[in-house]
Amino acid sequence: MTNVSPGRLLVVDDNKVNRLLLGRSLEQQGHTVEMAENGRQALEMMHARPFDLVLLDIEMPEMDGYQVLEKVTTDLQLRDIPIIITSALEELNSVVKCIEMGAEDYLVKPVNPVLLKARIGASLEKKRLRDQQRELIRKFATSEVATDLETSGFSLGGKFVEATAMFSDIRSFTTIAESQTPAETIELLNTYYTLMFEAISDQGGVVNQMVGDGLMAIFGAPLVQADHCERAVKAALDMIGMIQLLNVDRLAQGKTEIRIGIGIASGQVIAGYTGTTRRATYTCVGDTVNLAARLESHTKVVGKPILIDGATQSTLSSAIKVDSEGPFQLKGKTVEVQVFSVPLDQKK
Amino acid sequence: MNPQSVIDLPTFEALRDAMGADYIDELVQAYFDETPQLLAKLQQALAAKDCDAFRQAAHSIKSTSNSFGALDFGALAKELEIMGREAKLDGAPEKVKSLVTGYETIHQALAELCND
Repeated sequence: MTNVSPGRLLVVDDNKVNRLLLGRSLEQQGHTVEMAENGRQALEMMHARPFDLVLLDIEMPEMDGYQVLEKVTTDLQLRDIPIIITSALEELNSVVKCIEMGAEDYLVKPVNPVLLKARIGASLEKKRLRDQQRELIRKFATSEVATDLETSGFSLGGKFVEATAMFSDIRSFTTIAESQTPAETIELLNTYYTLMFEAISDQGGVVNQMVGDGLMAIFGAPLVQADHCERAVKAALDMIGMIQLLNVDRLAQGKTEIRIGIGIASGQVIAGYTGTTRRATYTCVGDTVNLAARLESHTKVVGKPILIDGATQSTLSSAIKVDSEGPFQLKGKTVEVQVFSVPLDQKK
Repeated sequence: MNPQSVIDLPTFEALRDAMGADYIDELVQAYFDETPQLLAKLQQALAAKDCDAFRQAAHSIKSTSNSFGALDFGALAKELEIMGREAKLDGAPEKVKSLVTGYETIHQALAELCND
């Protein structure tokens, strides 16, 4: 039998002899063991500190095994802790019910030490793999998307949500790239993305696309935010502020300044995971998203770095000042769109 | 008294080997602490005709007694557990009495085995 790394285990049983029996066997196998006399106590302990596995008796006073399972499986903080039911042989019907409720496995009392070791080992190993997967999701998805995946499960289906879309792009990037080494270009892009990510995440936005020197971010999805318009505009101002700081550095090094354009539009978008079950990304599509992309491109025409649409402007608080740029006929739009620019100096 | 008459020695010895000679004393002590309380609960439940509490107490006695090799004693507790589950406590008073007196013998036998 393979050796598994020791875990922190919780033994829940109202019977002291059973607790001592199980606890001793587990300690002999190298695990750290804590004990609870009933379900209520067990839940308190599980909330107070992390456990890798719980061995749970069904029949207990105050709060029985079913009630514990129900609480644990609906608790985001606890639901990933594997639970092994310990039961007497005649309780097989109850065991089935527990497995259906989400218990990972069961052991018949009195517990056979070899079987105990095998079951605990398998459960701990599975938990370790699940923890690793979660860690990977956290690394490759934004925390909002990871949280959304963990709470709602993985579903490729989309839904309509009210959100704000943002596009940002480096002006004349090709010219800049031609004037420096490839390594410098990649370094510039990495610095740029680091700064933009920070500004966007600080306002609760999610960057969901990076293509070359452009990026798309979404505010208000997957996590609902009532003030997604305001957050997007604040993020845009922070982004420009960060680029200005970066330029101070670049000028000191004798490099060309960079400038970015940002387009923001709000309204209904279709949000969801697109791709295949093997590789998917959280994204938003729809007219609102297209409009944001057009506004970003329109910043070159207007000569102002941040442009927003009327829907975004109408929900902004008085703390943010905007200038009307009048109606514009944007490419691909049949009706004219009210466009506003956001001046960088908001103190005016 | 010969402890083997009430305790299945292979079961007890397997437990002692698995737990360690020091730890078995602690376990037996826990059993001595808990079982009289469970017997009292069983009697109270019988008097109150509380079938569920009766079943639970019998269940606990059965499961721990079997661990130590008190198999006949455990089997008697199991009969009571079933009576409780089926809510038929008619023949229960006699059996509860046997269980209470039987515990004296179990206590003595386990104490002897621990002093070995």
